[in-house]
Amino acid sequence: MNTYWRTFKTAAWLGWEMDSNWTEPWLFVIYSIVKPVAGAFILIFMYVVIWSINGIPDPHSFAFLYVGNAFFIFVGSTLFGTFQVIQSDREWYQTIRYVYISPISYYVYILGRAFSKIVVSVFAVLITLAFGVFLLASYGVQMQLTLDRLPLFFVSLALGLFVLLAIGITLGAATFLMARHSQTLAEAVPGVFYVFCGVLFPLTILPTWGQAIGEAIPLTYWFEITRRILLPFQLNTGLAGFDDLEILAFLLVSTVIFFALSIGVFKLGEYLARRAGKIDMTTSY
Amino acid sequence: MPYAVETRDLTRVFAGKKKHWWRKPKPNEEESRGPVTALDGVSLQIREGELFGLLGPNGAGKTTLIKILATLLLPTSGKAFVAGNDVTKDPFPIRQRINMVSGGETSGYGLLTTRENIWMFSQFYGVPSKVSKARIDELMHAFGLWDKRDAKVRLISSGQRQKMNMIRGFVTEPDILFLDEPTLGLDVNAARTIREYVMNWVRGQSGKTVLLTTHYMAEADEMCDRIAIIDKGKILACDTPENLKRMIHTQTTFRLEVDPLQDTSTFQRMDGVVNFSLRDDASKNRTELTFILENEAPVAEILSAITAQGAKVHALRKTEPTLEDVFISMVGRGFE
Repeated sequence: MNTYWRTFKTAAWLGWEMDSNWTEPWLFVIYSIVKPVAGAFILIFMYVVIWSINGIPDPHSFAFLYVGNAFFIFVGSTLFGTFQVIQSDREWYQTIRYVYISPISYYVYILGRAFSKIVVSVFAVLITLAFGVFLLASYGVQMQLTLDRLPLFFVSLALGLFVLLAIGITLGAATFLMARHSQTLAEAVPGVFYVFCGVLFPLTILPTWGQAIGEAIPLTYWFEITRRILLPFQLNTGLAGFDDLEILAFLLVSTVIFFALSIGVFKLGEYLARRAGKIDMTTSY
Repeated sequence: MPYAVETRDLTRVFAGKKKHWWRKPKPNEEESRGPVTALDGVSLQIREGELFGLLGPNGAGKTTLIKILATLLLPTSGKAFVAGNDVTKDPFPIRQRINMVSGGETSGYGLLTTRENIWMFSQFYGVPSKVSKARIDELMHAFGLWDKRDAKVRLISSGQRQKMNMIRGFVTEPDILFLDEPTLGLDVNAARTIREYVMNWVRGQSGKTVLLTTHYMAEADEMCDRIAIIDKGKILACDTPENLKRMIHTQTTFRLEVDPLQDTSTFQRMDGVVNFSLRDDASKNRTELTFILENEAPVAEILSAITAQGAKVHALRKTEPTLEDVFISMVGRGFE
């Protein structure tokens, strides 16, 4: 069996065991349902507050932020999934030296571990979307995924997840050289994406420099095309001049670029950590 | 035929902490800021099939050497080869042939069972799942961990975790196994089980090599075909345990148990004293002195010097030279 596939499979199994095995199965199922539903209620509350301030209901804006937040679940969990692998194996489980010296690709190992986080997130996203179908319908917005748009949806979803993994590993390579400060990175970076990638509001609300930042981040195109597929209307996001395939092409190109970048940065981070003796460092703080 | 392990003038320097203009150093911190030379020109050859020991006190550089050989750490200068491959340039072929176990640590994924932990690592080495499971069962019996095979790692004791990690090291059937203080913190029986298993593993089949680091003299003496004595990053001597002890066979070793002494500098100036070490035994409020002497003549003078300080001699015995005595003879202090 190919070493990469074997590594990926075993790492994904390990990640799944750790993500799903921390409690009784029934409690895990309840947690997996309650968490995203509770998240959806926060969005409803936000919308109700804005509605009461403006005095005018705006179901399109609500649908915009709802879909954005549903898919943002992937961002938070995938980035955290990649960032925390090195840190947890080093500080908590103290297994990193034995995983690292085994004849595997450590890069693929991280991908495998992060993949389990994606699988767990799929449940959360599906539940959030399912809840949203009924919720948005009550505001007169019909979320839809027609058969002819399915291939586009799955291709864009795959690219979005690939680019997330690539970004996660690019930034995660820095954690080879960091102590627990990487936790800050895991919290700050998704925060940046939340503001600049059109998750909560269209890019056009941002100042010009903010829009430029957003347009340089591939996730912006992923959120854009996902909304185009799922929602029956378009808000002015600043990307209206591009058709679906052009948006998909932006996403594809940026995914390839980020993957190449992630391999280079990962190798550099690994080399520097091996040189500095930080691969298996434990800080005890 | 290449050596299983070979190092040439291997040096590793750890950079000190950087000074930051915004942070005032704490008292005594300045001393710890400078670079530390963990290995200083180490040259070693370990033959295939050897059980080779690296003996030295804490901080001697043993773990640093193992980390370099296991491809965890890059050397600052010099060369290191494992199974003929350069650790700096070709880590992957090395990783296919080695494994490593460190004692005194409690690594493992707490939510997995002991069996799952070991199986998972075997998968990284491409051991077929059926073969891996059979080997795990066999090793669990051998190491007395069978009862804990389905226990979650978070629920077993630190000694049992250490046994689990030993099994992890053997389950992949490496050609070269690095054991870093494998019996550290284990009870007598568990330590004996591990020592016997390691010796049988190396000697019961051809082509298996073990590099063992330890600061337990008896362990090194009992297990190793050859031993390198290391201190402050330098190899002081390298030979069979018998030959090392023979190095000081013309000398005489005396051990004394005395009341705590105020001044020990006089011993160094005495004629016939090659070297000596002292170790305080706080529980008995006594000091144990080990003297390496050219002959027995200085004994009377030593006893006089002790009693002159008002201290009492509780025990005096002449002993056969041990590996620690070799170390004391070379550096003038013991391992602790």
